[in-house]
Amino acid sequence: MITTPHVDWFAISTILVLLGASFVALLSAVLVPRSWRRPFAAGVAALGFAGGVVTSVWIYVDSPNGQRVIANSFYRDRWTALAQVALCAVGFVAALVSVEHIPGGRRGSDPARRDDHIGEYFALLLAAVGGMAFIVGSANLMTLFLSLEWFSIALYIMCAIDYDLEGSLEAGLKYLIIGSFGSASLLFGSALVYGATNRIDYEGIAEQVAKLNLSHDTLLVVGLAMLIAGLAFKASAAPFHMWTPDVYEGAPTPVTAFMSAATKIAALFLALRVLNTAFSQEKYLWTWAFAAIAVASLVIGNLAALNQRSVKRMLAYSSVAQAGFLLIGLSTGTPLGARGMAFYLIAYSAAAFGSFAVIAARERELGEPVTLDNLAGFGWERPFLGVALWLFVFSFAGLPVGGGFVGKFYVFSAAYDHGWTWLVIVGVIATLVSLYYYLAIVRAMYMRPSEELRVAPVAGGSPAPERLLHAAVGVALVVSVGTLFAVQPLITIAEHAAAAIPF
Amino acid sequence: MSASDLTTVLICLPIGAAIVVWLLPLSRFATGSLAVLVALIEVALWIEQAARFDYGASGLQNAQKTPWIKDLHVSYHVGEYGFSLFLVGLTVVAMAAAIGYGFWVGRDRPRAYFGLMLFLTGVTVGVFVAQDLLLFYAFFEAMLIPLYVLIGVWGGAGRLGATLKLLLYTMTGSLVMLAAIVVFGLKYGTFDMIASPSSPSRWLFLGFMLAFVIKAPLFPFHGWLPDSYREAPPEVTAVLSGVIAKAGTYGMLRIAITKFPEPTSFYRTAIMALAAASLVYGSMLAFRSADFRGVVAYSSMAASGLIALGLFAGTDLGYTGGVLQMVAHGLISVSLFLIAGAVERRTTTGEFAYLGGMARGRPALATLLMVTGVIALAVPGSAAFAGEFLILGGSYQRAWWWAVIGAAGIVLAAMYMLRLISGVLHEARGPRVGDEAMDLRPGELALVVPLVAVLLALSFWPAGVSGHSFAGNSPTKAVQEQFR
Repeated sequence: MITTPHVDWFAISTILVLLGASFVALLSAVLVPRSWRRPFAAGVAALGFAGGVVTSVWIYVDSPNGQRVIANSFYRDRWTALAQVALCAVGFVAALVSVEHIPGGRRGSDPARRDDHIGEYFALLLAAVGGMAFIVGSANLMTLFLSLEWFSIALYIMCAIDYDLEGSLEAGLKYLIIGSFGSASLLFGSALVYGATNRIDYEGIAEQVAKLNLSHDTLLVVGLAMLIAGLAFKASAAPFHMWTPDVYEGAPTPVTAFMSAATKIAALFLALRVLNTAFSQEKYLWTWAFAAIAVASLVIGNLAALNQRSVKRMLAYSSVAQAGFLLIGLSTGTPLGARGMAFYLIAYSAAAFGSFAVIAARERELGEPVTLDNLAGFGWERPFLGVALWLFVFSFAGLPVGGGFVGKFYVFSAAYDHGWTWLVIVGVIATLVSLYYYLAIVRAMYMRPSEELRVAPVAGGSPAPERLLHAAVGVALVVSVGTLFAVQPLITIAEHAAAAIPF
Repeated sequence: MSASDLTTVLICLPIGAAIVVWLLPLSRFATGSLAVLVALIEVALWIEQAARFDYGASGLQNAQKTPWIKDLHVSYHVGEYGFSLFLVGLTVVAMAAAIGYGFWVGRDRPRAYFGLMLFLTGVTVGVFVAQDLLLFYAFFEAMLIPLYVLIGVWGGAGRLGATLKLLLYTMTGSLVMLAAIVVFGLKYGTFDMIASPSSPSRWLFLGFMLAFVIKAPLFPFHGWLPDSYREAPPEVTAVLSGVIAKAGTYGMLRIAITKFPEPTSFYRTAIMALAAASLVYGSMLAFRSADFRGVVAYSSMAASGLIALGLFAGTDLGYTGGVLQMVAHGLISVSLFLIAGAVERRTTTGEFAYLGGMARGRPALATLLMVTGVIALAVPGSAAFAGEFLILGGSYQRAWWWAVIGAAGIVLAAMYMLRLISGVLHEARGPRVGDEAMDLRPGELALVVPLVAVLLALSFWPAGVSGHSFAGNSPTKAVQEQFR
């Protein structure tokens, strides 16, 4: 006899809304006539994400005391809700950008086939966010792995959605293979942890470790290491970042924009919870492990970015480096670090999403990949997008024009507070190195005349109006600059969310 | 509106105007007029503030405080002391002149240009009034952003290299300062400059000082200076050397010396030696420099050395002299760079090899350059002389040989300034000085004459600044009390 657990439907309402919208979008791929398919599916996606934001905000307000629901497999708390709000917001702007930019308008692509798979695309986007919204609330290793695969598979396909493009297919395949490796590592790690503790729920693992005094147990430590590797894969932190530049470069740019923001939110919110809940006894180990990963990401990401000409590739390495900064917050294992990381994630996501969205516009206009050379004059030709990209990269660089400045300040403060002044110094040096390539983007946009360019825009004449893309970039810009000013309200929200994590 | 609100208005008005200029599709003329108007309103607001200021009272005035990041005790805390009031005045006056110059020469892409200049005005005022370390840092960094673009877009042929050098040098200093700020703030539980205690940490002191000596700049941290000063548009160079560089020396006084009394006395000799080296080396480079801007650029480095010498002497005379010299040199350097711009526009070069004999038939140019140059070389009776004399007196009280080096600096100043004046105005007529090279036009006169007039006024009454910079005219006490 199988006893069904009590289901708290409200706790998973965000996920249900997203899945419902995904289902409708998928049906539209067959039921809605081709000419209506794009606006219909996009509208459904936008509604779904807006609904997701509403339900998650509701959950946030309604769940001041976190609890586990549905047979202790899912957390209904503010940490989950905050991550879900951020994820749905990223999904929303990604849907806006995708309307005009999926598939990307490269030279030689057949305009008649543009709408072939648009319904499926939006369904996948909704499903991916649904999976991410699930993983951030997962309460045991089973739901963790299932939701990880759930959103990963959606992302694999989204990367390859421009299937008449070699780069896109390559990106999808590469992500699939390396991503599977990451998933496998995570799964194996979970098995080892289960082997050591005989439990799969995070709190049970911690209990068991404390009770049986397992904190030096080899099986557990190896399992933890493999779990960390799996999570670092998803967060694209070095040395598990090898897929990042290729995938980010090859994937359709709106997908890249979405991934750069959303996967980091999901992976890092999850990582912070798992480590502090299930492995609180191993803090002495994983704080150092993540500090090492943070340093590796800062060094490798920044140094590799210096040498790139392709802007997408450079921004991909920059996202590796940014993962390093975010992980500084995580590695401290303190509430200060947690809220710093959550804050930084919001500021980072806005800037990361926005910068890739701007690149999408330029790519469309040129019909070829954007490099530092063909970015020349962009700032003067498209003032709004130029200024936006300028502010985004300066926010990455930690200049006081965006939340990146406060975010860096916060993670450095957390590191110092934890007694790791050396990590502050590493972060400062990394910031300095990163300036070189962030400035290269600004230099390319503003300081080189576009007459140097030999490429003409695809269609000639003035670029398409792209109102939705402008709206999405505008939202990202407001968030990016707004996080510089409205620090305290956001920190309070993050603080309340982090109160759900047992430090 | 109370005088306290004015402090915030002085920051926000130009930034708001910048946003307006960026957003509204105004014509070139409308944009320029709006920018000049806002710059003049800034000057008027400052005069209003200066008139209401209580120069006898100790402690912060015109203060405003609002929490920014309560979590870590960071606040938007601004306010003024006597000396910061004068530096704000220097900023608004210099920026008004620079914006006017940009309008006069008709910079292309006017909306971007004037927006950036206005933004620069706001954040520079912010540096001089911020009373919270993180806020100070934010403004300190924010100055770089418009400067970077102003030099990178409107600069000369070598602008890309110059901007890169400028940014990498100054950001190195600032980021180290950020680390120092984080450590300082968390260690003492507040980022407020007034509430926080003084610190004995030498590492933190050095972290702050690195940012300031690069910004000032002092030898051997001046690598960015020649390129930036040469490649930037003249009015931007004027602001860079006249105002932005003063943020470095202001930081030394307000943060390094005030918050770190023990490390200051520990490193006093070393820093004074660097300052003296900057003074002598900068003066010699200025003397050897082949062009107008080079002379003024290196003389700024010498001036920074002199100011630092005065501040780190740690005596009453040294502090007041340092502040007076900051203001006086700021005005001198803005005037000289604007004149340099005028000369370059007429002859397409600043190199002495192609210049000379410009005095004949150009009385206004000759008079203004002569007057400014003579003030700059610290002829007795000039504002710069008053400042240098106070600094020499102050450093003499520390040890006599500092005064000897300082006096050597004055002799060198006479040498390079006279060389500059004769190289441009006198001697044989240079090959690039054509008959069509006109005298200063009314527009240019309207920019430079007020600056020179202020300088002359300051020469007659240096006590206007030196006697009003510190409460009760006893800077040492004010510094010891950390300006509370």
